[in-house]
Parts: sequence; structure tokens; C-alpha cells
Amino acid sequence: MTFDAQLAFRILPLLLRGLVVTLEATLAGFVFALAGGLVLALGYRAKSWPARAVSRSLVEFLRNTPLLVQLYFLFYGLPLLGVRFSAMITGVLGLGVYYSAYVAEVYRGGVDAVPAGQWDAARALRFSRAQTWWRIILPQAIPPVIPVLGNYLIGMFKETPLLATITIPELLSAARQVTGMTYRYSEPYTMVALIFLAASYSTSLFFRRLERKVGTS
Amino acid sequence: MTPAPALLSFLPVLLRGAAVTLEVTAASACVAFLLAILVGVARVSRAAALRTIAKVYIEILRGTSALIQLYYLFFILPLLGIETTPMEAAALGLGLTFSAYGAEIVRAGIQGVDPGQWDAARALGMPHSLAFRRVIAPQAFASMLAPFGNLLVELLKSTSLVSLITLTDLTFSGAQVITSTGQPGQTWGAVLLLYFLMCFPLAQAVRSLEKRFTVYRGPSGASNVRRLA
Repeated sequence: MTFDAQLAFRILPLLLRGLVVTLEATLAGFVFALAGGLVLALGYRAKSWPARAVSRSLVEFLRNTPLLVQLYFLFYGLPLLGVRFSAMITGVLGLGVYYSAYVAEVYRGGVDAVPAGQWDAARALRFSRAQTWWRIILPQAIPPVIPVLGNYLIGMFKETPLLATITIPELLSAARQVTGMTYRYSEPYTMVALIFLAASYSTSLFFRRLERKVGTS
Repeated sequence: MTPAPALLSFLPVLLRGAAVTLEVTAASACVAFLLAILVGVARVSRAAALRTIAKVYIEILRGTSALIQLYYLFFILPLLGIETTPMEAAALGLGLTFSAYGAEIVRAGIQGVDPGQWDAARALGMPHSLAFRRVIAPQAFASMLAPFGNLLVELLKSTSLVSLITLTDLTFSGAQVITSTGQPGQTWGAVLLLYFLMCFPLAQAVRSLEKRFTVYRGPSGASNVRRLA
């Protein structure tokens, strides 16, 4: 096997364009997951049992099926229901929904760690349920779990190559395009692996530093 | 819309795919487990060189994407003159990826054993390696079981990636069924359900195992949030 450094250098702009799409999908999907996860986590502690049952079973289902098949289901199934999204929106939706189940569990861990006395105190002070969540519980529950959320951000970033299978022109798609044009495999795939490594390692260093700053175990 | 019976007649195809999925899971779990123990022990070794090698191994495999690693093995090994079947590439690829996560579990398990155990073993005159084998490793192993179980569920789900390197697993079979039924929505729904039926019991078993261990470790030892992505 040979590695043509010149070729690797030449295809870099093409790959970086793919990387931009990857990053867009990751960030949009993560914002979706942070919001969706919150809804599910609130559902865990809802007063009505159907809400609790629905959020519990949704999380179980999402966590026990592969993201790839969930993406196929959304991409090929939604149009049959008359819902037509672009591939990118479907991809962001798929990533977001899948990770909201994991994020919900992270929030739950944070919420469970808030002492029960905080709930009692809020009730004693006649806070409404919504006020208790926004003013008392969440501000204590979320900061300690930020590093864990960071791990999931990196995890999501590494799952984005799956988006290539539903025609989204992200980093892996760009590499596949190069292999299609040049019949060279080692350069594009090595470059993609290096780009992923650089991005996820630097992000993980950032979150490790943050973890030390937030100061939880 | 095809009625459900039409899809039902394709169930054997999906079940055959599910069998391949379980096969790939078992094969890559073996590779991952063996490598995880080796690398995890090296990660806490007294030899600095071993520790560094293990750390680099873990960071590289965790820092790149599982699908990219599979592609790398599937397309690039043949260029090096190493011919692998898709099954071998899949077991090796997923095995390598998950061994990095497994090695971190091994490391955490070993470091989680009370340092007093090392001291006690030394006080009894045990050499380092004997203390490791007889005292530390058995205790560490118990605390690794549940995290390994969670990792196994993640591995089972990740085997859907092997459909992209032409292995006829459950996901691949789903795509095949669609070419004959033309029913993507229902077929992918059925495939999701089959994956759930494989993963959920496994996840539940891990949970009850976890509960049994956290009972005696107390609430501080709970490892509920750390499910690896």
C-alpha cells in the first residue's frame, strides 16, 4: 500500500467542506437532544402516570435499537406518512431523537442527586411545580452533569458518519466521493480518521478541563 | 399498503439476519474482551512504556468513528495483501473499537479496588504479580461485569454497521426484504422491533446484575450515568 501525501493534501478542501456539514449536523442534533432529553427527564417525574410510562418506554426503545436503523426508519418511513423533510433535517432529527434518550438519563442522574429536602423546601415556600423545576431543581441538577453531556456530544460527533447512508454530504460522503473518483482508499479514509481524531480528542481535552473546573468527581 | 401477513412471510429472512447479527456480536465481543483485558491491564502497568502504548491505543480507537474503522479494515487491509471475509473484518473492526471502551472499564475496575488491598497483600509477603492475580483482579472483575454488560448492548446495536460492509445481518436483511416488498416503513419498523427484542432483555439482565452489586457497594458506588456511547 502506498500513501500519496500530495493526493491527501489535494483532497483536504473537499473533506473540510464535508466536515462543515458534519459539525452543523452534530450541533443541531445536540441542541435537539438537550431539549428533547429535558422533556423526557421531566416526564420521568411527571404527576400523571401515562406521561411517566410514555417517557420511560420511549427511552427504553430508543436506547435498545440501533441509530442506523432508526435513521432508515425516519428517512424511508416518514415520507409514507406524507411528512417530507430534507435529508439533513431527517438526519438531525434522527440524531437528536436518539441522543435525547441518553441525555434524559444524564439529566435524571443529576435530578436524582438533588437532595429531596429541596423539593420539600420549595413546596413549603409555595413554589409552583414549574417554578420548582426552573428555579430550584434544574439549576442544581444540570451543572454537575455538563461533563457527561460533553461525552455524549463527542459520541454524537463520532456517529455522524452514519448520515452518509441517508445521502447527507458529510465528511465520510466526501471521502467516498474521492474513492469513487480516484479509486484510492488509503488517503481519503486515513484523512477522515485523522480529522475525527483531532476533533474529538481536542474536544475531550476541553471537557476534561471543564470537569476539573466544575469540580465534581 | 401491504397487509401485515405479507411482511410476516418475510419474517424468516429477517430472523436469519438476526442470527448473523448475534454471530457478529459474539465474535466481536470475544475479540473486544480479550483485547480490553490486555490493554486495560497495560494501562495500569508499572512499566511507563506499556502505559503510554495503551493510552495511545485507547485514544486513537475511541477518537475515531466505528464506521470509519470498519471501512478502513474492509477497504485497506486487502491493499496490504491481507484478505479477510466480511465476517472477519466485522469481528476485528468492532472488536478493536469496543476493546478501547472495554479497556477503560478494566482500568476503572482495577483502580477502583481499595489500595489497602495492595498493602495487605504486600504485608502478607505476596509479590506484585501474585497480589494482582489473587487479590486485586478477582475483586476488580466483579465490578466490571455490569459495565461490560452495558457495553455488550452497545456492541449489539453497533453491529448494524456491518450491513454497510456487505454482511447479511438483520439490517442488511431488512434492506433486502424492502426490495421485494417495497414497504420501507413497515419493514424498518419490524427490524427495529427485532433489535429491541434482542437488546432489551440483555439490558434488563445487566440492570439486575448492577443492582445486586450496588447493594453491597452502597449508593456511592452506583455507576448509573456512565453508559458509554
